[in-house]
Amino acid sequence: MSERYSRQELFDPIGKEGQMKIQQKHVLIVGAGALGTGSAEALVRAGVQKITIVDRDYVEWSNLQRQQLYHEQDARNRLPKAVAAKRRLTEVNSEVEIDARVMDVGVEEIEELSRDIDLIMDATDNFDIRMMINDMSQKANIPWIYGACVGSYGISYTIIPGETPCLQCILETVPIGGLTCDTAGIISPAVQMVVSYQVSEAMKILVEDFQSLRKKLVSFDLWQNQHTFIQIDKIKKPNCLSCGHERTYPNLSFTNQTKTAVLCGRDTVQIRPAEPVERDLDHLTQALSIDGEIDVQNPYLLSVDINQHRLVIFKDGRVLIHGTKDISEAKSLYYRYLG
Amino acid sequence: MRFFINGDQVEVPASVQTVGSLLEHFDIDNKVVIVEHNGNILSKDTQTEQKLEDGDRLELVHFVGGG
Repeated sequence: MSERYSRQELFDPIGKEGQMKIQQKHVLIVGAGALGTGSAEALVRAGVQKITIVDRDYVEWSNLQRQQLYHEQDARNRLPKAVAAKRRLTEVNSEVEIDARVMDVGVEEIEELSRDIDLIMDATDNFDIRMMINDMSQKANIPWIYGACVGSYGISYTIIPGETPCLQCILETVPIGGLTCDTAGIISPAVQMVVSYQVSEAMKILVEDFQSLRKKLVSFDLWQNQHTFIQIDKIKKPNCLSCGHERTYPNLSFTNQTKTAVLCGRDTVQIRPAEPVERDLDHLTQALSIDGEIDVQNPYLLSVDINQHRLVIFKDGRVLIHGTKDISEAKSLYYRYLG
Repeated sequence: MRFFINGDQVEVPASVQTVGSLLEHFDIDNKVVIVEHNGNILSKDTQTEQKLEDGDRLELVHFVGGG
Protein backbone atom coordinates (compact mmCIF):
# COMPACT_ATOMS: atom_id res chain seq x y z
CA MET A 1 0.00 0.00 0.00
CA SER A 2 3.03 2.31 0.22
CA GLU A 3 2.62 2.86 -3.55
CA ARG A 4 -0.71 4.48 -2.95
CA TYR A 5 0.48 8.04 -2.35
CA SER A 6 3.76 7.78 -4.25
CA ARG A 7 2.84 10.29 -6.97
CA GLN A 8 1.71 12.82 -4.41
CA GLU A 9 4.91 12.30 -2.39
CA LEU A 10 6.99 12.80 -5.54
CA PHE A 11 5.43 16.23 -5.86
CA ASP A 12 8.06 18.33 -4.15
CA PRO A 13 5.93 20.79 -2.15
CA ILE A 14 4.21 17.81 -0.47
CA GLY A 15 6.87 15.11 -0.24
CA LYS A 16 6.86 12.27 2.30
CA GLU A 17 6.73 14.76 5.15
CA GLY A 18 3.67 16.51 3.72
CA GLN A 19 1.97 13.20 3.12
CA MET A 20 2.47 12.28 6.78
CA LYS A 21 0.82 15.56 7.76
CA ILE A 22 -2.10 14.97 5.39
CA GLN A 23 -2.63 11.56 6.99
CA GLN A 24 -3.04 13.16 10.41
CA LYS A 25 -5.70 15.67 9.41
CA HIS A 26 -9.45 15.71 9.95
CA VAL A 27 -11.50 17.72 7.45
CA LEU A 28 -15.13 18.74 7.85
CA ILE A 29 -17.05 19.02 4.57
CA VAL A 30 -20.35 20.85 4.95
CA GLY A 31 -22.63 19.76 2.12
CA ALA A 32 -22.50 16.69 -0.09
CA GLY A 33 -23.77 18.17 -3.34
CA ALA A 34 -21.63 19.01 -6.35
CA LEU A 35 -18.78 20.75 -4.51
CA GLY A 36 -18.92 18.42 -1.51
CA THR A 37 -18.69 15.20 -3.51
CA GLY A 38 -15.83 16.64 -5.56
CA SER A 39 -13.85 17.79 -2.52
CA ALA A 40 -14.57 14.63 -0.58
CA GLU A 41 -13.37 12.33 -3.35
CA ALA A 42 -10.17 14.34 -3.88
CA LEU A 43 -9.34 14.52 -0.16
CA VAL A 44 -10.12 10.85 0.44
CA ARG A 45 -7.89 9.88 -2.50
CA ALA A 46 -5.20 12.19 -1.09
CA GLY A 47 -5.31 10.15 2.12
CA VAL A 48 -6.49 12.44 4.91
CA GLN A 49 -6.97 10.68 8.23
CA LYS A 50 -10.66 11.46 8.58
CA ILE A 51 -13.49 13.18 6.74
CA THR A 52 -16.72 14.27 8.35
CA ILE A 53 -19.30 14.91 5.66
CA VAL A 54 -22.72 16.28 6.47
CA ASP A 55 -25.80 16.84 4.32
CA ARG A 56 -29.52 17.21 4.89
CA ASP A 57 -30.76 16.01 1.52
CA TYR A 58 -31.19 12.80 -0.49
CA VAL A 59 -29.98 11.87 -3.97
CA GLU A 60 -32.20 12.87 -6.90
CA TRP A 61 -31.91 12.26 -10.63
CA SER A 62 -31.07 15.92 -11.28
CA ASN A 63 -27.92 15.50 -9.14
CA LEU A 64 -26.30 12.81 -11.27
CA GLN A 65 -25.10 15.20 -14.01
CA ARG A 66 -22.49 16.70 -11.66
CA GLN A 67 -22.46 15.12 -8.18
CA GLN A 68 -19.68 12.67 -8.80
CA LEU A 69 -20.13 10.17 -5.99
CA TYR A 70 -23.71 9.18 -6.84
CA HIS A 71 -25.16 6.45 -9.01
CA GLU A 72 -28.59 5.82 -10.54
CA GLN A 73 -29.43 3.35 -7.80
CA ASP A 74 -28.88 6.05 -5.15
CA ALA A 75 -31.44 8.28 -6.89
CA ARG A 76 -33.87 5.39 -7.30
CA ASN A 77 -33.61 4.57 -3.58
CA ARG A 78 -33.62 8.25 -2.52
CA LEU A 79 -30.59 7.49 -0.40
CA PRO A 80 -29.45 10.34 1.86
CA LYS A 81 -26.45 11.99 0.24
CA ALA A 82 -24.21 11.53 3.27
CA VAL A 83 -24.94 7.78 3.30
CA ALA A 84 -24.42 7.33 -0.46
CA ALA A 85 -21.24 9.43 -0.31
CA LYS A 86 -19.80 7.37 2.51
CA ARG A 87 -20.46 4.15 0.64
CA ARG A 88 -18.59 5.33 -2.44
CA LEU A 89 -15.76 7.03 -0.50
CA THR A 90 -15.09 3.83 1.43
CA GLU A 91 -14.76 1.97 -1.87
CA VAL A 92 -12.29 4.61 -3.08
CA ASN A 93 -10.05 4.50 0.00
CA SER A 94 -10.84 2.19 2.90
CA GLU A 95 -7.94 3.64 4.92
CA VAL A 96 -9.75 6.93 5.47
CA GLU A 97 -12.27 7.17 8.29
CA ILE A 98 -15.56 8.59 7.00
CA ASP A 99 -18.04 10.08 9.44
CA ALA A 100 -21.27 10.64 7.47
CA ARG A 101 -24.06 12.67 9.05
CA VAL A 102 -27.59 13.07 7.74
CA MET A 103 -28.58 16.35 9.35
CA ASP A 104 -29.42 19.98 8.84
CA VAL A 105 -26.55 22.04 10.22
CA GLY A 106 -27.61 24.72 12.67
CA VAL A 107 -25.67 26.52 15.40
CA GLU A 108 -25.61 23.59 17.83
CA GLU A 109 -24.60 21.17 15.11
CA ILE A 110 -21.77 23.31 13.75
CA GLU A 111 -20.31 23.68 17.25
CA GLU A 112 -20.35 19.92 17.71
CA LEU A 113 -19.07 19.13 14.21
CA SER A 114 -16.14 21.55 14.52
CA ARG A 115 -14.45 19.78 17.42
CA ASP A 116 -10.94 18.53 16.55
CA ILE A 117 -11.23 19.73 12.96
CA ASP A 118 -8.21 21.03 11.02
CA LEU A 119 -10.09 22.53 8.07
CA ILE A 120 -13.67 23.24 6.99
CA MET A 121 -14.61 22.91 3.33
CA ASP A 122 -17.64 24.93 2.28
CA ALA A 123 -19.82 22.93 -0.06
CA THR A 124 -23.11 24.48 0.98
CA ASP A 125 -25.72 26.19 -1.16
CA ASN A 126 -26.71 29.20 0.93
CA PHE A 127 -25.26 32.08 2.91
CA ASP A 128 -27.05 31.43 6.21
CA ILE A 129 -24.95 28.35 6.79
CA ARG A 130 -21.80 29.97 5.36
CA MET A 131 -22.07 32.79 7.88
CA MET A 132 -22.40 30.21 10.65
CA ILE A 133 -19.31 28.39 9.34
CA ASN A 134 -17.54 31.75 9.16
CA ASP A 135 -18.12 32.58 12.83
CA MET A 136 -17.34 29.03 13.96
CA SER A 137 -14.07 29.21 12.03
CA GLN A 138 -13.13 32.41 13.86
CA LYS A 139 -14.26 31.13 17.25
CA ALA A 140 -12.40 27.81 17.00
CA ASN A 141 -9.50 29.16 14.90
CA ILE A 142 -10.08 26.76 12.00
CA PRO A 143 -9.38 27.82 8.39
CA TRP A 144 -12.26 27.44 5.93
CA ILE A 145 -12.52 27.62 2.17
CA TYR A 146 -15.52 29.34 0.60
CA GLY A 147 -16.58 27.98 -2.77
CA ALA A 148 -19.68 28.49 -4.90
CA CYS A 149 -20.82 28.15 -8.48
CA VAL A 150 -23.80 28.79 -10.72
CA GLY A 151 -24.10 28.43 -14.50
CA SER A 152 -20.55 28.55 -15.85
CA TYR A 153 -19.43 30.89 -13.07
CA GLY A 154 -17.48 30.04 -9.94
CA ILE A 155 -15.82 31.79 -7.02
CA SER A 156 -13.57 30.80 -4.13
CA TYR A 157 -11.74 32.39 -1.22
CA THR A 158 -9.63 30.94 1.57
CA ILE A 159 -10.29 32.35 5.02
CA ILE A 160 -7.50 32.02 7.60
CA PRO A 161 -8.46 33.33 11.06
CA GLY A 162 -6.13 36.11 12.21
CA GLU A 163 -4.78 36.63 8.71
CA THR A 164 -7.38 37.26 6.02
CA PRO A 165 -10.66 39.14 6.06
CA CYS A 166 -13.58 36.89 7.02
CA LEU A 167 -16.83 36.46 5.10
CA GLN A 168 -18.57 38.92 7.44
CA CYS A 169 -15.96 41.58 6.56
CA ILE A 170 -16.50 40.88 2.87
CA LEU A 171 -20.28 40.66 2.73
CA GLU A 172 -21.27 42.71 5.82
CA THR A 173 -24.74 41.19 5.76
CA VAL A 174 -26.18 37.88 4.64
CA PRO A 175 -27.05 38.25 0.96
CA ILE A 176 -30.64 37.37 0.21
CA GLY A 177 -32.59 36.54 -2.90
CA GLY A 178 -31.31 35.44 -6.28
CA LEU A 179 -27.80 34.63 -5.16
CA THR A 180 -28.57 31.24 -3.70
CA CYS A 181 -30.94 30.03 -6.42
CA ASP A 182 -29.76 27.54 -8.96
CA THR A 183 -32.36 28.65 -11.45
CA ALA A 184 -29.58 29.49 -13.90
CA GLY A 185 -28.49 25.85 -13.94
CA ILE A 186 -24.95 24.65 -13.60
CA ILE A 187 -22.40 22.87 -15.78
CA SER A 188 -20.02 20.35 -14.26
CA PRO A 189 -16.75 22.02 -15.37
CA ALA A 190 -17.69 25.07 -13.28
CA VAL A 191 -18.07 22.72 -10.31
CA GLN A 192 -14.77 21.00 -11.03
CA MET A 193 -12.92 24.28 -11.36
CA VAL A 194 -14.14 25.48 -7.95
CA VAL A 195 -13.32 22.06 -6.47
CA SER A 196 -9.81 22.31 -7.95
CA TYR A 197 -9.26 25.71 -6.36
CA GLN A 198 -10.68 24.57 -3.03
CA VAL A 199 -8.77 21.30 -2.87
CA SER A 200 -5.44 22.87 -3.92
CA GLU A 201 -5.78 25.38 -1.10
CA ALA A 202 -6.87 22.58 1.24
CA MET A 203 -3.73 20.59 0.45
CA LYS A 204 -1.52 23.61 1.18
CA ILE A 205 -3.25 24.02 4.54
CA LEU A 206 -3.04 20.30 5.35
CA VAL A 207 0.72 20.19 4.65
CA GLU A 208 1.03 23.50 6.56
CA ASP A 209 2.49 25.36 3.57
CA PHE A 210 0.63 28.57 4.39
CA GLN A 211 3.02 30.71 2.37
CA SER A 212 1.82 29.12 -0.84
CA LEU A 213 -1.84 30.00 -0.29
CA ARG A 214 -3.40 32.01 -3.13
CA LYS A 215 -4.37 34.95 -0.87
CA LYS A 216 -6.67 36.33 -3.58
CA LEU A 217 -10.35 36.10 -4.31
CA VAL A 218 -10.69 34.11 -7.51
CA SER A 219 -13.66 34.08 -9.85
CA PHE A 220 -14.15 32.80 -13.36
CA ASP A 221 -16.70 32.28 -16.07
CA LEU A 222 -15.85 29.28 -18.22
CA TRP A 223 -18.40 30.15 -20.91
CA GLN A 224 -17.45 33.83 -21.18
CA ASN A 225 -13.74 33.03 -20.90
CA GLN A 226 -13.06 35.27 -17.95
CA HIS A 227 -10.77 34.73 -15.00
CA THR A 228 -10.21 37.26 -12.24
CA PHE A 229 -7.99 37.38 -9.16
CA ILE A 230 -8.28 40.23 -6.71
CA GLN A 231 -6.41 41.07 -3.55
CA ILE A 232 -8.98 41.83 -0.85
CA ASP A 233 -6.81 42.06 2.31
CA LYS A 234 -7.81 45.70 2.76
CA ILE A 235 -11.43 44.68 3.28
CA LYS A 236 -10.55 43.23 6.71
CA LYS A 237 -12.35 45.33 9.29
CA PRO A 238 -10.81 45.81 12.76
CA ASN A 239 -14.32 46.30 14.18
CA CYS A 240 -15.83 43.24 12.45
CA LEU A 241 -18.21 41.44 14.84
CA SER A 242 -17.00 38.04 13.62
CA CYS A 243 -13.21 38.49 13.49
CA GLY A 244 -12.47 41.92 14.99
CA HIS A 245 -11.23 43.02 18.42
CA GLU A 246 -14.65 42.97 20.06
CA ARG A 247 -16.19 40.00 18.41
CA THR A 248 -19.62 38.65 19.33
CA TYR A 249 -20.00 35.97 16.63
CA PRO A 250 -23.45 37.25 15.57
CA ASN A 251 -23.98 34.34 13.20
CA LEU A 252 -23.77 31.82 16.03
CA SER A 253 -26.59 33.40 18.00
CA PHE A 254 -29.64 31.19 18.24
CA THR A 255 -32.03 33.99 17.38
CA ASN A 256 -30.64 34.08 13.87
CA GLN A 257 -31.70 30.51 13.27
CA THR A 258 -34.67 29.63 11.13
CA LYS A 259 -36.72 26.53 11.64
CA THR A 260 -38.27 26.61 8.21
CA ALA A 261 -36.38 27.19 5.01
CA VAL A 262 -37.44 27.41 1.39
CA LEU A 263 -34.95 25.33 -0.57
CA CYS A 264 -33.89 27.40 -3.49
CA GLY A 265 -34.82 26.42 -7.01
CA ARG A 266 -36.44 23.30 -5.62
CA ASP A 267 -40.07 24.29 -4.99
CA THR A 268 -39.54 22.78 -1.56
CA VAL A 269 -39.90 23.86 2.06
CA GLN A 270 -37.92 22.23 4.85
CA ILE A 271 -39.40 22.12 8.32
CA ARG A 272 -37.18 21.27 11.22
CA PRO A 273 -38.73 20.50 14.60
CA ALA A 274 -37.69 22.86 17.40
CA GLU A 275 -36.75 19.91 19.61
CA PRO A 276 -34.85 16.93 18.24
CA VAL A 277 -37.08 13.93 17.56
CA GLU A 278 -36.46 10.50 16.15
CA ARG A 279 -39.30 9.46 13.87
CA ASP A 280 -40.73 5.96 13.81
CA LEU A 281 -40.76 5.47 10.04
CA ASP A 282 -42.60 2.12 10.12
CA HIS A 283 -45.41 3.61 12.13
CA LEU A 284 -45.59 6.65 9.85
CA THR A 285 -45.67 4.46 6.73
CA GLN A 286 -48.76 2.77 8.13
CA ALA A 287 -50.46 5.98 9.19
CA LEU A 288 -49.73 7.93 6.01
CA SER A 289 -50.71 5.18 3.58
CA ILE A 290 -54.35 6.01 4.37
CA ASP A 291 -54.27 9.45 2.72
CA GLY A 292 -51.16 9.12 0.62
CA GLU A 293 -49.20 6.83 -1.60
CA ILE A 294 -45.89 5.55 -0.24
CA ASP A 295 -43.12 6.35 -2.72
CA VAL A 296 -40.02 5.02 -0.95
CA GLN A 297 -39.12 3.89 2.55
CA ASN A 298 -35.50 3.20 3.48
CA PRO A 299 -33.74 3.13 6.86
CA TYR A 300 -33.16 6.90 6.71
CA LEU A 301 -36.33 8.41 5.29
CA LEU A 302 -39.89 7.94 4.14
CA SER A 303 -41.18 9.55 0.96
CA VAL A 304 -44.94 9.80 0.52
CA ASP A 305 -47.13 11.48 -2.10
CA ILE A 306 -50.22 13.24 -0.81
CA ASN A 307 -52.28 14.94 -3.53
CA GLN A 308 -49.91 17.22 -5.44
CA HIS A 309 -47.30 17.28 -2.66
CA ARG A 310 -44.53 14.93 -1.74
CA LEU A 311 -43.51 14.73 1.91
CA VAL A 312 -40.06 13.35 2.62
CA ILE A 313 -39.75 12.56 6.32
CA PHE A 314 -36.29 11.98 7.73
CA LYS A 315 -35.49 9.83 10.74
CA ASP A 316 -33.78 12.87 12.31
CA GLY A 317 -37.12 14.67 12.44
CA ARG A 318 -36.91 16.97 9.44
CA VAL A 319 -39.56 17.04 6.74
CA LEU A 320 -39.16 18.27 3.19
CA ILE A 321 -42.41 19.35 1.57
CA HIS A 322 -42.06 19.34 -2.21
CA GLY A 323 -44.47 21.10 -4.53
CA THR A 324 -44.69 24.40 -2.68
CA LYS A 325 -42.65 27.49 -1.90
CA ASP A 326 -45.30 28.70 0.52
CA ILE A 327 -44.15 28.26 4.12
CA SER A 328 -47.65 28.50 5.60
CA GLU A 329 -49.02 25.90 3.18
CA ALA A 330 -46.08 23.65 4.02
CA LYS A 331 -46.64 24.13 7.74
CA SER A 332 -50.31 23.27 7.49
CA LEU A 333 -49.46 20.00 5.71
CA TYR A 334 -46.78 19.30 8.30
CA TYR A 335 -49.11 19.79 11.22
CA ARG A 336 -51.94 17.86 9.55
CA TYR A 337 -49.86 14.74 9.04
CA LEU A 338 -47.10 14.91 11.63
CA GLY A 339 -48.74 16.78 14.48
CA MET B 1 -16.91 55.46 -22.26
CA ARG B 2 -14.44 52.62 -22.66
CA PHE B 3 -13.28 50.47 -19.75
CA PHE B 4 -11.27 47.31 -19.27
CA ILE B 5 -13.54 45.04 -17.26
CA ASN B 6 -12.22 41.66 -16.08
CA GLY B 7 -9.58 41.93 -18.76
CA ASP B 8 -11.93 42.71 -21.66
CA GLN B 9 -12.38 46.06 -23.38
CA VAL B 10 -15.98 47.16 -22.94
CA GLU B 11 -17.87 50.14 -24.40
CA VAL B 12 -20.62 51.64 -22.24
CA PRO B 13 -22.88 54.68 -22.75
CA ALA B 14 -21.37 58.04 -21.76
CA SER B 15 -23.97 58.30 -19.00
CA VAL B 16 -22.06 55.66 -17.03
CA GLN B 17 -19.91 57.93 -14.85
CA THR B 18 -19.69 56.04 -11.57
CA VAL B 19 -19.27 52.47 -10.33
CA GLY B 20 -22.90 52.59 -9.17
CA SER B 21 -24.19 53.41 -12.64
CA LEU B 22 -21.87 50.78 -14.14
CA LEU B 23 -23.32 48.09 -11.86
CA GLU B 24 -26.81 49.25 -12.83
CA HIS B 25 -25.84 49.12 -16.50
CA PHE B 26 -24.82 45.47 -16.13
CA ASP B 27 -27.87 44.79 -13.98
CA ILE B 28 -25.80 43.58 -11.04
CA ASP B 29 -26.51 46.52 -8.71
CA ASN B 30 -28.68 44.29 -6.49
CA LYS B 31 -25.96 41.68 -6.05
CA VAL B 32 -23.02 41.53 -3.67
CA VAL B 33 -20.19 42.76 -5.85
CA ILE B 34 -16.56 43.37 -4.94
CA VAL B 35 -15.00 46.04 -7.16
CA GLU B 36 -11.35 46.65 -7.86
CA HIS B 37 -10.74 50.00 -9.58
CA ASN B 38 -7.33 50.58 -11.21
CA GLY B 39 -5.78 48.09 -8.79
CA ASN B 40 -7.49 49.43 -5.66
CA ILE B 41 -10.15 47.49 -3.86
CA LEU B 42 -13.16 49.72 -3.14
CA SER B 43 -14.91 49.82 0.19
CA LYS B 44 -18.49 48.63 -0.08
CA ASP B 45 -19.88 51.76 1.66
CA THR B 46 -18.46 54.11 -0.94
CA GLN B 47 -17.94 51.97 -4.04
CA THR B 48 -21.08 53.16 -5.84
CA GLU B 49 -19.92 56.81 -5.69
CA GLN B 50 -16.50 56.10 -7.22
CA LYS B 51 -16.09 58.29 -10.35
CA LEU B 52 -14.97 56.55 -13.52
CA GLU B 53 -12.81 57.81 -16.35
CA ASP B 54 -12.24 56.61 -19.87
CA GLY B 55 -9.74 53.73 -19.94
CA ASP B 56 -10.19 52.72 -16.28
CA ARG B 57 -9.42 49.11 -15.38
CA LEU B 58 -12.07 47.36 -13.32
CA GLU B 59 -12.42 43.89 -11.85
CA LEU B 60 -15.95 42.97 -10.83
CA VAL B 61 -16.57 39.84 -8.76
CA HIS B 62 -20.05 38.91 -7.63
CA PHE B 63 -20.84 36.46 -4.86
CA VAL B 64 -23.03 33.48 -5.60
CA GLY B 65 -24.44 30.84 -3.29
CA GLY B 66 -24.81 27.61 -5.26
CA GLY B 67 -22.72 24.61 -4.58
